[in-house]
Parts: sequence; structure tokens; C-alpha cells
Amino acid sequence: MDDVVIRADGLTKKFGDFTAVDHITFEVGKGEIFGFLGANGAGKTTAMRMLCGLSHPTSGSGTVAGYDISKDQEKIKANIGYMSQKFSLYEDLKVWENMRLFGGIYGMKESDIKEKTDRILENLGFSGERDTLVRDLPLGWKQKLAFSVSIFHSPKIVFLDEPTGGVDPKTRRQFWEMIYKAVHDGITVFVTTHYMDEAEYCDRVSIMVDGRIEALDSPKNLKQQTCSQTMDEVFQKFARKATRSAD
Amino acid sequence: MKQFLAFVKKEFLHIFRDTRTMLILLGMPIVQIILFGFAITTEVKDIRFAVYDLSRDQTTRQITQRLAANRYFTLVANIDRPGQVDELMKSGKVSMVVVFDSDFNANMLHTGEAAVQLIVDATDPNQATTMTNYATGIITQYQQELSAGSGMGTAMMINAQTRMLYNPQMEGAYNFVPGVMGLILMLICAMMTSIAIVREKERGSMEVLLASPVRPIFIIIAKAVPYFILSVVNLITILLLSVFVLKVPVAGSLTLIFLGSFLFILVALLLGLLISNLVQTQVAAMLASGMGLMMPTMLLSGMMFPVESMPPILQWISAVMPARWYIEMIKKLMIQGVDGIYVMKEFAILALMVAVLLVVSLRTFKKRLE
Repeated sequence: MDDVVIRADGLTKKFGDFTAVDHITFEVGKGEIFGFLGANGAGKTTAMRMLCGLSHPTSGSGTVAGYDISKDQEKIKANIGYMSQKFSLYEDLKVWENMRLFGGIYGMKESDIKEKTDRILENLGFSGERDTLVRDLPLGWKQKLAFSVSIFHSPKIVFLDEPTGGVDPKTRRQFWEMIYKAVHDGITVFVTTHYMDEAEYCDRVSIMVDGRIEALDSPKNLKQQTCSQTMDEVFQKFARKATRSAD
Repeated sequence: MKQFLAFVKKEFLHIFRDTRTMLILLGMPIVQIILFGFAITTEVKDIRFAVYDLSRDQTTRQITQRLAANRYFTLVANIDRPGQVDELMKSGKVSMVVVFDSDFNANMLHTGEAAVQLIVDATDPNQATTMTNYATGIITQYQQELSAGSGMGTAMMINAQTRMLYNPQMEGAYNFVPGVMGLILMLICAMMTSIAIVREKERGSMEVLLASPVRPIFIIIAKAVPYFILSVVNLITILLLSVFVLKVPVAGSLTLIFLGSFLFILVALLLGLLISNLVQTQVAAMLASGMGLMMPTMLLSGMMFPVESMPPILQWISAVMPARWYIEMIKKLMIQGVDGIYVMKEFAILALMVAVLLVVSLRTFKKRLE
């Protein structure tokens, strides 16, 4: 864990008078699962957008995969995967067509795309669904597929924005097994979540309150520091300080 | 380039999977052309007319009788003062008035040449043309018989002079073909493109695409490609239909028609992009393009109502409608068959619109990304 793949130094984003993200500083090491917690409106998404090169920081600096987030967005984008809760895959495209599209977007070779599609579908036990339209799949399957697609091009880091929203516990469990497997393959995972049981699976978590990072440590240490039994308790203790109302 | 192709493939799949929309897009020009073409019938029956005969001689009486005897014409009234022409026309009692000058007979006898005036209600230009053609035909026939029967060496000439009321330029005859072209291209390029782009925003997929190394502008261009191709297919369909089914000739250069159409398609695509930058939902995109582009295109571009007869303020609004200039250009090229030099103005205006929209759309597009 000596290689730092994400570094944020005083990262700030203002929208007019409103400071969405307020001088956040942290580092994420290679192969780490970094949990990014916070209530709605705490600034998680804005922070993540800056790291993904979707939004320019107002002040502060940061690097992702060794590239400057203010200057080298294009290089960052080629080295990361991104999965959002809102959108998983194109519903009116077949499973393999989605894979071909995202493989193509990241400039993968046609033969690599084919080979990898087969391998992933086989691992997931979805080989029979190759030609199924995504809209006909159950939500849990979609999310699992979407994760596979987000790391399809073997990125260095994958950003997951509430990836398990609305998914049943059993599928969530399987989802996290997939995340561990990705980490095993050398991918760093940056994940935001609402589920505190999921926070326990992370190597380290940060808790954002009103645009600032209030806590950052391993789940075990955080529980010790705050004399809590669960991550849920930890989160409640920090989130209580929030003055900003959730939207 | 490979990224770009992967994207274009995806956009085509979106369209092909949505069979209903695709059928509508491909079928609409066919239905519109056929509907417009055959709904505007050129067959005119029961033409009610009046006669204003100042000459009152044998010839004028015979002509009147000939007209009245024809199965298409019905003589409704004999007029004795000029004001009645307008009264009868406006009340809709007659749609044609035949006027013989007081010196009709004298002219006929002395010079062998006389004029008859046909005043026609040209509210419906197609009907007006047909009416005058019928009436002129009857008069010409009479005149031929007269010359043959007189046995005189010199032929008698009766000139039928036509005066169109209310719509002297006869706008509207084949106008609907260029009009439909403008409307369809606007619909597919502006409306469909803006909806397709906004759909990505609404579903959240734009975010995922923007987080990928694809350049945003490629995403947009790739979206436009299938609609561009669809437009060209429709353009060809419309041209073929109008030539072979409606028998509207393509009098001018096909190359220029296509060049002009490409320019207009570019304008429409940029408008679509602009709309997609300004709105957040598909419904809003549909409303904006429907109310903001389609309606004015239909009503103000001269497709349905001639621009010349609009009040000045509407004429100014119509001047900023790209479809107006496109329709005018196609009308000139297709129906009048003019040389390229006569459509330079329309080309220049559309090119200017492209330039302005390019700057505005790209600027708002960049802003939206933040």
C-alpha cells in the first residue's frame, strides 16, 4: 500500500457562495477499498466528479493514477472506470452489445472484447443471457453486469457511486465478492455507499459532513475511537454535526 | 476513430430497436407527400360565375352562353356596376367574374382583336388556376370556331386576361413539396437529435460517457450521424415521390438541391444540439422543438401561408426561421429551376445561421459539461 493512486490536497469546489466541497485532503493506496461515506448533500458526488475529471476544482489540487486532475483529465479518464447508481447499462441494447460499446469506447481491440465478454459472462453464470436485452434482466443482474462493464477495460481505479442502491442483501453480498476479486486483480476501488454494513467491508473509510472530511480511518479504528459497536453508530455520531440539510 | 464507430453503431441500434419511432420517421414523409398531393385536388366542379358585360353584343352573349352551358360553370348573375364584382366575390356567391369591356365589339370588328378579363378568387391558388384554364379553354375554342366560320383571311383574336385576386403570386401551388422537405428534415434532425441527447442526460448515461475518454464532441457527432443518414433517405424518398407520383418536376440542379439540403440539415442538427443543451428532460426537448421549431416552420416559413401576405412583424420572425430560406431555395431550385446564382442569398443566409449556431451551441455545450 505504498503506491498512492489517488491524492487530494485541499480540494475545494464552490458553486457561487455555496462551498460543496471544502478543502478535503486524503490519499488512497493501490489495491485499497476506500469507502466514501456521507449523507445526501454532503458533497460526495461533487468530490468524486472532480476526481474523475468531470469537474474542475475551484482550488486545491489532486492526482489520480499519477495525473493532475486539473490538467490531465483525458489521461485520467482512460485509466479509471466509473459506475453510477442511476445508470447501469443501455436497456435497449443486448448484454454483449453493451460490452462491445464500452470496450470500444476505451479503445480495446475487437478480439479482446470478444474474449473478455465470454470470460465475464461465464464467470457470472450469465452465458445464456448474452443476447438478452438489458431491460429484460432483473436489477441485481444489471448491477453486477454494470460493475463488470466498468472494469471491462482493466482500469487502475474504479469509482463506484452508490453501486448497490435498491439491490437485495444477497446480491449485495455477491457484488462485494466481485469487488474483492477486482481488488485481487490489482484494481483500486473508490466507493460511495449508504449502507453501513458495506462500510465494514472497506479497508478505510472517510466520512464527509457538510463538504469536509470529519473522519478518516479503518472501520475498526473508527469504532474504537468513538466507542461504537457498528459503523452505523460511528456514522450517526459524525453525521449529527451536519448543519446542511439533505436534498 | 474506433471509439467513434462503436458509438455510431450504438446510436443505430437505439433507433433500430425502437421500431415504432423508426417506422414513423420513415413513413411520415411518404404519408405527408401523398396526403398533401392528393388532398389538394386540382379537379374543380360547379364554378359559379357572374358576367359584367359592358359591350352587350352578339359575341359577348355567345361567349357567356358557351360558358354557362359548360358542365363545370354555372351563371349566377349579370352585373351592371363595378362594385358588385367585389360584393359577389366577398359573399362567396361567385368565384369568377367575366368582364367584357364596352369597346369589346368595336375592337373585334376594327382590329380583329379584343380582350376579356377573368377575375378569379385565388384564395385557393390551385382552384384558381384550374378555373382560368377551363374558362380560357372555352373562350379559345369559341374563337377558333368564329375564325373558321367567318371565312375571313385574318383570324380573330380574343385575349383572355386573368387577374388573380387575394393571392396574386399564386403561392402555394407546389409549395408543399419543399415545405414537407423542410418540415421532415427539421423534425428528424432537430427534434430527434435533441431528444436522443437529452435521453442520455435523463437516464444518467451521459455522466458515464463523460467519465470515459471519449471526447464529448464525438458523442454528439456520433449521435447526429444516424439522423443525418435517415434525413438523406427521407430526402430521396420525397424527391422520388414528388417526381414519380405527384409529377412535380425537378427543374433545377439536383446537386444544388442536395447541397442546400445538407446545409439546412446542419442548421437543424445544431438547433437540436442547442435545445439539448438548454433543457433537462425529453419532454422539455420535445416541447421546445415542437413549439419552438416545428410550429413556426409550418406556419411562418411560407409552407402554408405565403410570407408576402403576412403582417410585417410575422415577416420579421419568419426571416429568422431557417426553414423559410430552405423552402424558398428548394422552391426556386426544384420548381422554377433557376441557376445557382439565384439562390446565393438563401445559401448565404443558411451558412450564416450555421456559423452563428455553431458558436452558440458549442459554447452552451461546454458550459453544460461543468
